[in-house]
Amino acid sequence: MNIIVCIKQVPDAKDVRLDPKTNTMAREGVESIMNPFDRHALEEAVRLKEQHGGKVTVISMGPPQAEAVLREAVSCGADEAVLVSDRAFAGADTWATTYTLGKAIEKVGEFDLVICGKQAIDGDTAQVGPGLARRLDIPYVSYVRKITDFLNGAVRLHRLMDDGYDEIEMPLPGLLTVVKEINDPRIPSLKGKMKAKKLVIQTFSAEDIEADPKQIGLSGSTTQVVKVFAPQFKGERAMLEGTVDEQVEQLLEKIEPIL
Amino acid sequence: MLKIDIEACIGCGVCVETCTYDAIELIDDVAVVNEKCNLCGSCVDTCEVEALSIEREEKDVQADLAEWSGIMIFAEYRHGKVAPVSFELLGIGRQLGDQQKAPLSAVLLGSGLGDAAKDLIAYGADAVYQVDDPALEYFTDEAYGNILEDVIREQKPEVVLAGATAIGRSFIPLVATSLATGLTADCTELAIRSEDGVLLQTRPAFGGNIMATIECPYTRPQMATVRPRVMKTAPYDANRGGEIINYQPKPERMQSRVKVLKNVLEEQDQVNITEGDIIVSGGRGLDNEKGFDLIKQLADAVGGAVGASRAAVDSQWISYPHQVGQTGKTVNPKLYIACGISGAIQHVVGMQSSETIVAINKDPDAPIFDVATFGIVGDLFEVVPKLIEKIKENRGE
Repeated sequence: MNIIVCIKQVPDAKDVRLDPKTNTMAREGVESIMNPFDRHALEEAVRLKEQHGGKVTVISMGPPQAEAVLREAVSCGADEAVLVSDRAFAGADTWATTYTLGKAIEKVGEFDLVICGKQAIDGDTAQVGPGLARRLDIPYVSYVRKITDFLNGAVRLHRLMDDGYDEIEMPLPGLLTVVKEINDPRIPSLKGKMKAKKLVIQTFSAEDIEADPKQIGLSGSTTQVVKVFAPQFKGERAMLEGTVDEQVEQLLEKIEPIL
Repeated sequence: MLKIDIEACIGCGVCVETCTYDAIELIDDVAVVNEKCNLCGSCVDTCEVEALSIEREEKDVQADLAEWSGIMIFAEYRHGKVAPVSFELLGIGRQLGDQQKAPLSAVLLGSGLGDAAKDLIAYGADAVYQVDDPALEYFTDEAYGNILEDVIREQKPEVVLAGATAIGRSFIPLVATSLATGLTADCTELAIRSEDGVLLQTRPAFGGNIMATIECPYTRPQMATVRPRVMKTAPYDANRGGEIINYQPKPERMQSRVKVLKNVLEEQDQVNITEGDIIVSGGRGLDNEKGFDLIKQLADAVGGAVGASRAAVDSQWISYPHQVGQTGKTVNPKLYIACGISGAIQHVVGMQSSETIVAINKDPDAPIFDVATFGIVGDLFEVVPKLIEKIKENRGE
């Protein structure tokens, strides 16, 4: 089985802050990491390969530095890695991103399954997986939390819903986006690390994937950012002073009408 | 490309600080952009001397842009009822529609829809396009997506909204990609810019640490998914008039390559925290799993549900369905009591719209106090038992 896993290098979102006074980003110590959901996508792909044979190709669209997450993916069991990188891709929204990834995957060749994390933690949009499936004209299932079976060219799985889950059958080739519950990702093996070090990563430019310049990067994007700002809070911040008894008395006076 | 006017640049370094992607450096006291730049534009606004700009080629505007008018919402119908978020969409949709002096319509798909369309009208829809067909009993991305796409192509609404639910966030990207238009996920604020009718879509990013306002200027419709329990539902008016249209999809558009074999409703192991009037939440300050016993006692005493921060859930002191925040549930009860929760932004975005917020924390600088209506700096293991005692006392127990 040939599996393609899409991964993204992201700033570690929990460390990103915007100073509400100066509107500048406090970026101190923010690291670039592999998007956590993509780790689960990769792990699932590697497990499927171990059970059913085949090959796992990881693909990432990003600046040259994104090579680091591709090597990390190889150290965790991926076989091949493709970096889709060109300055012309910069500023892509999800629409331009799915176009670009779609063209890159067509160039990679035949596949049975594409697996993505459910969303990236920088944008939190969850739009690239479904949009990419549309570009490739293949069926897809989002929020997959368990793969139960493969039979007759189809995969059976559980999709997480807001009130439970659906049992689903999807014909291959198809695309899945996965949630964290699906597995516990492994840590890199020594052998994997050696392999990752030596591996030559293929790089695809806009020209390599025969991308239409009007569909990629900022100029291909359908949406644009008007402004970014720090979230505003409007707490009254009435601090209740005194001994514990006094604090509790005051609080009860205030909230008694709601209780 | 990010253009830097080196004559204007004063080398202050604010843009370097602002960039999340580490894409700007100061070289010889002038800002220089490197290949990590993804043109997000956050530096442009912060430059005091206006030395930064993003050059974009003039994009072709969709030829029939002006023909698109009206607001359309997708009404989610599951297990015999309309999801509450659909009525919230009608609430905001009504506001936007009134501003644009344009009609508000809803698309309702499912099997055995009953009077659901009438409810949508009572909550503000002027027209409901419904398809009531056994083939639509289970949600599938393709069938729902194809039909919604076809209705949109025929009706040409300028704005299309859906709930940011498991269903909305899964199939709306398919529809937007098919229509070759922009989509903004998980919006918490929507407004129409009066000059040009462009929808300003505001949403949290980076786990809620940053808010971004997005527009979709060149193509129609402008599409957004909207976070549940953020927008206000319009009042129910059984006498409102509206039209119900039984839409006839082409049979092949109701096909889905993906088959749903079974729908499994999971027993929630507790009260659904998104529906209660009172929530008592615990965080890292509880120290361990046993700490939650105290939270449960207080919740029992006030008749509330138990919530938790991500830190507490990640430590496995309590299960994930209790989690409040960006990666958990969004709640807005009448009263939210946060015990031992520091108030990381990702938690706050999930509870800040609660009517009254009480924070109990031993750290006076904890950010939770910034959203609190009432704050108590103190040891929750002293404060909470006392609170429980007094509540019981007042009730004469």
